Amino acid sequence: MKPLSRKATCNTHGQDSSYFLGWQKYENNPFDEVRNPNGIIQMGLAENQLSFDILESWLDMNPDAAGFKRDGNSIFRELALFQDYHGLPACKKALVEFMAEIRGNKVTFDPSRLVLTAGSTSANETLMFCLAEAGEAFLLPTPYYPGFDRDLKWRTGVEIVPIHCTSSNGFRITASALEEAYQGARKRNLRVKGVLVTNPSNPLGTTLSLSELNLLLDFITAKDIHLISDEIYSGTVFSSPGFVSVMEVLNGYENTEVWNRVHIVYSLSKDLGLPGFRIGAIYSNDEMVVAAATKMSSFGLVSSQTQYLLSALLSDKNFTKKYLFENQERLKQRHKMLVMGLQKARISCLKSNAGLFCWVDMRPLLHSNTFESEMELWKKIVYDVRLNISPGSSCHCTEPGWFRVCFANMSEATLNLAMQRLKKFVVDSTTNNSNNRSLDHYYSAKNSKKKSLIPKWSLIPKWVFRLSSRDRDRESSDER
Amino acid sequence: MSFVDRNQENLLSKIATGNGHGENSPYFDGWKAFENDPFHASENPRGVIQMGLAENQLCFDLIQDWTKKNPKASICTPDGVDAFRDIAIFQDYHGLPEFRNAVAKFMTKVRGNRVRFDPNRIVMSGGATGAHETIVFCLANPGEAFLVPTPYYPGFDRDLRWRTGVQLLPVVCESSNNFKVTRKALEAAYESAQEANIRVKGLLLTNPSNPLGTVLDRETLRSIVSFINEKNIHLVSDEIYAATVFSEPGFVSISEIIEEEIICNRDLIHIVYSLSKDMGFPGFRVGIIYSYNDAVVHCSRKMSSFGLVSSQTQHLIASMLSDDEFVDRFIAESAKRLGKRHEVFTQGLDQVGIGYLKSNAGLFLWMDLHHLLKEQTFEAEMELWRVIINEVKLNVSPGSSFHCSEPGWFRVCFANMDDSTMDLALTRIVTFALQSKEVRIQRKKCWASNRLRLSFSKRRMDDIMMAQSLLSPHSPIPQSPLVRART
Repeated sequence: MKPLSRKATCNTHGQDSSYFLGWQKYENNPFDEVRNPNGIIQMGLAENQLSFDILESWLDMNPDAAGFKRDGNSIFRELALFQDYHGLPACKKALVEFMAEIRGNKVTFDPSRLVLTAGSTSANETLMFCLAEAGEAFLLPTPYYPGFDRDLKWRTGVEIVPIHCTSSNGFRITASALEEAYQGARKRNLRVKGVLVTNPSNPLGTTLSLSELNLLLDFITAKDIHLISDEIYSGTVFSSPGFVSVMEVLNGYENTEVWNRVHIVYSLSKDLGLPGFRIGAIYSNDEMVVAAATKMSSFGLVSSQTQYLLSALLSDKNFTKKYLFENQERLKQRHKMLVMGLQKARISCLKSNAGLFCWVDMRPLLHSNTFESEMELWKKIVYDVRLNISPGSSCHCTEPGWFRVCFANMSEATLNLAMQRLKKFVVDSTTNNSNNRSLDHYYSAKNSKKKSLIPKWSLIPKWVFRLSSRDRDRESSDER
Repeated sequence: MSFVDRNQENLLSKIATGNGHGENSPYFDGWKAFENDPFHASENPRGVIQMGLAENQLCFDLIQDWTKKNPKASICTPDGVDAFRDIAIFQDYHGLPEFRNAVAKFMTKVRGNRVRFDPNRIVMSGGATGAHETIVFCLANPGEAFLVPTPYYPGFDRDLRWRTGVQLLPVVCESSNNFKVTRKALEAAYESAQEANIRVKGLLLTNPSNPLGTVLDRETLRSIVSFINEKNIHLVSDEIYAATVFSEPGFVSISEIIEEEIICNRDLIHIVYSLSKDMGFPGFRVGIIYSYNDAVVHCSRKMSSFGLVSSQTQHLIASMLSDDEFVDRFIAESAKRLGKRHEVFTQGLDQVGIGYLKSNAGLFLWMDLHHLLKEQTFEAEMELWRVIINEVKLNVSPGSSFHCSEPGWFRVCFANMDDSTMDLALTRIVTFALQSKEVRIQRKKCWASNRLRLSFSKRRMDDIMMAQSLLSPHSPIPQSPLVRART
């Protein structure tokens, strides 16, 4: 008899992917300005480390929240005992108000429809358990966050069917791509239960347009399915066009069927830079979903200690206003630094207005328009250039040559250094390697609007990078 | 059913629309009664006293004192804020090393330093609730089964089965031998499963037991280890009440048994732990999986992503549990206070002849009220239970909710209230027992005996006796309807 479950012995946790392999390499040789200046710079980690000083100064001024006190009296006992899966009311109220503020107060949220979960990792899995049976499917636009393979599929048995998005239109979701994905699922005898989008997008860093949102709502209405909008990066939108939440588009649709089928996932891991505290949330207009998800949250509640801190932090409107504004400004600046640094290296990226990363176009540096070539390039960048960036194939991108590069998890000096290394690499590549398609050739081809020299890539090769069994043991954290 | 309705149902999963969460059971009536009319010493003294909640509230003074003296343990205080940034970012599912070290050390101390725990085998989870679900995901496929000795914690029905699709099969234990887990009962349960073509993947124990409050003796543990090895099935030992053992015989952990000279495949042994009961921290969601099986450690660690312990909490716990002097003092004092509370409660029950299972651990007593049942059926048990909630105003938990095979048993929690509330609860129970014609007491003994050692005031007992003898319709304590029904 097999000693462990199928779930324990399969690969669906997804940690054999190259996405996580890069981290392993990084952890063996991590960059440190002083102690290891030649180490690998971590650019595969979508963390927001830019605004801790604002949080710390709030803590300085609010010792009560921190020290398990309310009005000077200890509430340790009450917090230590509080395990009600409905969550601390003050925390939920503060959180929904924060969410509304991020959306310019164009939507209001009802705290009784919010379910707290241990991070959005737990929120996404819980929604799958609520909305789909094992063997059913959700459609996801590519490229998407690699962690979804684990979060949505592993223990739930749900399948992910990709909605192919391409660079030809800036990776926007189209009606035909949606329909193609749906029909593709049907051909595989998979019943589609919904669509899951990340808005703003990881890894693209773009916000969904109003027309995309309307398209999605029309689509789920026609097919009678759900829409999950993971809005974990909603507070990181730093320039126009602004952020439009799916909830905003639903204004006026109350009491319609589609109203009940749209669910939002949120977290404070990116906007506030608090991934360690495990603060996630599901918001749904469907009472049954809220009821079921609330019970399921027992498997991953938010620590009451953390809920209390949050309720104090987020109900301070002076703080939230200041934080959101300042954080966005800093992200904007950092984004600009990265884009300009890439430009100096003659590398372009997708125009973006949100997120903690850029979607970088390294197709000109590929030997051939294949994922093998992408892997080769990636290995060079990790080992030789010593930058851990995330290859597009790990995000299920259909076109080779794209990489996600993070910019908010390091100091300015480190970012500059990373850009210098990259520039040097590109210069060396183009002067040394005559087999490479040169950048000049690429750009002139692009500018002359001739038929692209890059052949159309229609097959989707395996993205899982098979490791030896020893490497399979690699343990990682939850970084997006 | 209209097309639309059928459609609506299909839109959500069976898991979401079904009853697998277990919350539609009649047992929640007790909770509802409490919530509608909760006892409060000054604001609602006639309200329902909560005795259905296994919480440990006896030692918060010690902990609060510690947190005051250790401001650095909180990353938000001026003393601790330097660590804020690093802790706030930390989401590595290995957990903070200092957290794992501190928890391993605590587990060791609780077992009298008789065994060592390896911090690298400590895996976090969303409370023991999360731990149980995760371990089942690792060990069993949908449709497979775990054996569980009855009576057992009702939450297991949800935690082990709901989203995993795994079944729970009872190993029936009986009062005739104090609910001991016998080899015979284990074999019978296993055979039943075989006959029904259900594959058994493991056995789940809770030791010390909830709801019994007893510990498994060495001989029983050895017999269990031999059983699971013979059948090649897993053993999950939920040791969540390990530090609540307050008197002899002491606690013997499965971790000790496997160190003895015994044939045991360690890959089959797993421990679930939590700080919810021993420390009284259910709100902090500190659950632990400790497995001797490397593959299970690795798999459960990956799954812990779905329920990591907040790093803020890890930091606090790491600080607290690495303070050796504090921990030693806490463990000793907590056991002492639990023992005292247990003594007060049982002595009160002794005076009126209410039976209970002799116990030495846990936050509750397994009370025997079968002599108060109209008939020895579960329906009668539910009737009695409703009387206890609605008339006696105590929320206790009926044995049937724990899948007990015999009617008449009730779990009564005693560590989630202060001394005076405990006294009041005891008064209500005693009064109810006295009123019930099935309880034979020797009034002369009560009045005359000087050897009456009452832990609540003798005066109060006198008051009760006075009231009882008056039995006036204006008496503040209503006559038991059970009694009324007979006349």
